[in-house]
Amino acid sequence: MKKIYVNEQWCLGCRLCEYYCAFAGTGERDMARALAGMKIHPRMRIEEKDGISFAVSCRHCKDALCVKSCITGALTVTDGMVAIDQDRCVGCCTCVLVCPFGAVASTAHGVMQKCELCVQSSAGTPACVRGCPNGAIVFEERGAAR
Amino acid sequence: MGINWIYPEHEVVRNRDRCINCRVCERQCANEVHEYLSEHDKMVCDDAKCVNCHRCVSLCPTRALKIIPSGNTYRPNSNWTNRTINELYRQADTGGVLLSSMGCPQRYPVYFEKILLNASQVTNPSIDPLREPMESKVSLGARPRDIQRDENGRMINNLPPQISLSMPVMFSAMSYGSISYNAHESLARAAQELGILYNTGEGGLHEDFYEYGANTIVQVASGRFGVHSAYLNSGAAIEIKMGQGAKPGIGGHLPGTKIVGDISRTRMIPEGSDAISPAPHHDIYSIEDLRQLVYSLKTVTGHKKPVIVKIAAVHNVTAIASGIARSGADIIAIDGFRGGSGATPTRIRDNVGIPIELALASVDQRLRDEGIRDNVSIIVGGSIRSSADVVKAVALGADCVYIGTSALMALGCHLCRSCHAGKCNWGIATQEPQLTRRLNPDIGHRRLVNLMNAWRHEIKEMMGGMGINSIESLKGNRSMLRGIGLNEKELEILGIRHAGE
Ligand code: SF4
Ligand code: SF4
Ligand code: SF4
Repeated sequence: MKKIYVNEQWCLGCRLCEYYCAFAGTGERDMARALAGMKIHPRMRIEEKDGISFAVSCRHCKDALCVKSCITGALTVTDGMVAIDQDRCVGCCTCVLVCPFGAVASTAHGVMQKCELCVQSSAGTPACVRGCPNGAIVFEERGAAR
Repeated sequence: MGINWIYPEHEVVRNRDRCINCRVCERQCANEVHEYLSEHDKMVCDDAKCVNCHRCVSLCPTRALKIIPSGNTYRPNSNWTNRTINELYRQADTGGVLLSSMGCPQRYPVYFEKILLNASQVTNPSIDPLREPMESKVSLGARPRDIQRDENGRMINNLPPQISLSMPVMFSAMSYGSISYNAHESLARAAQELGILYNTGEGGLHEDFYEYGANTIVQVASGRFGVHSAYLNSGAAIEIKMGQGAKPGIGGHLPGTKIVGDISRTRMIPEGSDAISPAPHHDIYSIEDLRQLVYSLKTVTGHKKPVIVKIAAVHNVTAIASGIARSGADIIAIDGFRGGSGATPTRIRDNVGIPIELALASVDQRLRDEGIRDNVSIIVGGSIRSSADVVKAVALGADCVYIGTSALMALGCHLCRSCHAGKCNWGIATQEPQLTRRLNPDIGHRRLVNLMNAWRHEIKEMMGGMGINSIESLKGNRSMLRGIGLNEKELEILGIRHAGE
């Protein structure tokens, strides 16, 4: 299964990916209209320290701790992808606590969100990957899932 | 601090309706033009620091930015232009020589734009390159004068060493030091994939790039940096750099602050020491001296590699080229006055040298007249900007062209002409790790390959239109060219007729 991987060597810390991610969720055609004056809540984040930066998003673990820990069954593994059903999420944040990568976070309206590889919103390639100017995030097949 | 007499040249215009305060521009501008004011939740900028490199414009996700001329003007004066006045003020302020980068931007004629190509109609068929065979390959080196035979009458292969290329374009000399490791890697990988050559420039060859040897020209310049026998033997050809179009008659200077780590090792000079390339080679004061170096280099490499001698196009270029063609060199490279540089004195860049089109036409003619054209191949550079320039150069007599600026533009260069400041926002002319990583060679080499493939298609289209099916038949075929808006003397030097004739 194709997943998102980072090549931190090429990450510039420009954070375009975060903005493309946030934009992808809005359903708008124009980023300026969608995001002007807003605080964004992307489903992935750039971690940065000492001149090194890279994008952190859901690893879609085979044995996903978040899925195991979710008290309402809002998190599921569908075709190898960890998905969230926001209608079932009660905002208890258990998944946030157990995710070893910090890849689940809460939205402005209390329920959780996470990277779902843009399966709903785009044509094949996740928005962050398409928006990255330097090939620092890629969407590819890299053998067996861990 | 006294009065600042110079008003910023550019203005950074931000469309507030489109700006989403993402701060990408702030993070990407190494000149620190943009700044986010958190207390006002808004972006501001300091136009005075902007060099107009377009990094922020290209990366802004909402197209909220553009750079425009600031429009501020002194009292209009055709003699004292804004630029002339500002340069004078700058020198009165600093007392220093003005430094620039890239090629001459002044309004001298561009002869390529005054030359038109021919096409076949009715009486001679044009060729469709998609359906019929068309040869874009070229081979550079001296051609043997005589056929030699052994005692049994069989022909002896007496062909001197050649460079063979998939198309008549190569990447010109740009040293590791003047451009980044990633820029070099992009050029080397692209050259390999395309079946052409790139050129190390005078900074030696980084050990990682020996694997691209078959696609490398190794340069020997007046500073002799990084030259040793393994280096000379690692490439497909050796180039002796006598001059450069952006700075004919002067040497080079890479400041000690840039001589760090791998660059110091590759150049074989101590960290922090200035890398000074003298104006002349101190062992070359005549064609005879040049001949000695040519043959020293041939000896070191077992006479297996062609030797290129690169000169700047200057007034006496024909006589100099004639001498070089008799020096044992296999190839002459001529660099026109528009050629680029990572740092050059402004006055030299803008006032010294001659256009490559004129230099090429007159050198080709002189070598033919003297019957020594086959002694050497001719490479020309100094602002080859498109496939049409390549076709015109070949028709004027070139065997191949060098591109430097065009190649860097494929990698991101926006011609801001501030290479000498060392803070290239595109990761090309800089050694700062935070900036060099902006050029990912996976992307860079792909863009170079794209550019060259596009040019190759266009070259074939243009040749096909003229009914020519190989570069070899286009070479020196000046009947395919016509001048437009040129005077008698210019037409005479170019060896072409006027349009309509
Ligand atoms: S868009 Fe790419 S280069 Fe920029 S921060 Fe994200 S991963 Fe890094
Ligand atoms: S990159 Fe564009 S949208 Fe982002 S802060 Fe700068 S001007 Fe605004
Ligand atoms: S120097 Fe380049 S990146 Fe900085 S503001 Fe000017 S154009 Fe934008």
